[in-house]
Amino acid sequence: MSGANRILRWAIPLAVVPVLVLLAYGFRTDPREIPSPLVGKPASPFKLTAFDGKPLSLEALRGQVVIVNFWASWCYPACYEEAPSLERAWKTYKDRGLVMVGVNYQDKDEPAKRFLTQVGHTFPNAPDPGSRVSVDYGVYGVPETYFIDRKGRVRFKRVGPVSDEMLKEQIERLLAEAA
Amino acid sequence: MSRLLALTVLATVLAVAAPAFAAGPAGGPAAVAGTVPAGAKIPVSEDTVHDVAAQLRCVVCQSLSVADSPSETAHEMKDIIRERLAAGESPEQVRAYFVEKYGNWILLSPPRQGFNLLVWVVPFAGLGLGLVLVLIVVRRWSRRPAAPQAPPLDPAMRARIRREMEREP
Repeated sequence: MSGANRILRWAIPLAVVPVLVLLAYGFRTDPREIPSPLVGKPASPFKLTAFDGKPLSLEALRGQVVIVNFWASWCYPACYEEAPSLERAWKTYKDRGLVMVGVNYQDKDEPAKRFLTQVGHTFPNAPDPGSRVSVDYGVYGVPETYFIDRKGRVRFKRVGPVSDEMLKEQIERLLAEAA
Repeated sequence: MSRLLALTVLATVLAVAAPAFAAGPAGGPAAVAGTVPAGAKIPVSEDTVHDVAAQLRCVVCQSLSVADSPSETAHEMKDIIRERLAAGESPEQVRAYFVEKYGNWILLSPPRQGFNLLVWVVPFAGLGLGLVLVLIVVRRWSRRPAAPQAPPLDPAMRARIRREMEREP
């Protein structure tokens, strides 16, 4: 009887330990960091019409390293923060086989165009009517950036703003690969 | 009276069965999914769209299904569901499309396999464990009052108590 009581006296406070361990683990992980099942798989083809009226399709870009960036004019501040880095990377690597494509997510034409003028993007950007392309890429919040290799496979996905270092690392890794 | 009852039963059966017949053609796409050419338009019942939408997480919401969320994203996801059903996909295929793009995260109830099985098992195991614990504690409590009764009074003490009780007015 007293033996069982002694065990209980220890067991009750000890029961807190697994809960604490679970909380410690849970609070360290980012709930928004959801692994994409698309990494390593062929990127979904898309055909869009850019804001300047030119057609934009992934099929036409095969053999090149493609960065697809999903953004919105209402996505403040993250999309505004990463915009200069994207433009810099595009200017640095466009002559070495990099293609950059911006996809405008759930936005209106006018504010989207204002965003493009404001940040000064020179790479093609297209609206995504009905979010068809966004859902095909498993986008759940902007900004999201997908890195596609020369074989047309998604190799890396970034949720949240990209930085110069991250772009440089991923682009150089993918450019170094043979088609 | 029994005739009235029979009529009521008949009416109820008809009322229940009629929508089932009506839903027949709409439920059809699931059966012929593979044979329908892509892009073909098949009438899709809103119930089927709702059923699929209710299983999917609205990607921009906190704990809301695509069916329940009024957001634009959820609206567009519903459009995609409707479009895919109309093209001849079965509800399972539409679900599989979203899982392929978003992972199991998109499903509001995690599939009952692998590590996810824990989510389904642990609550019931915890409930069972708690019940057993309560049972043990209750049994112990109900046994304890019996213990003080145990030491029997010696006859001399009993006689003394009786004497003193009788002396009371």
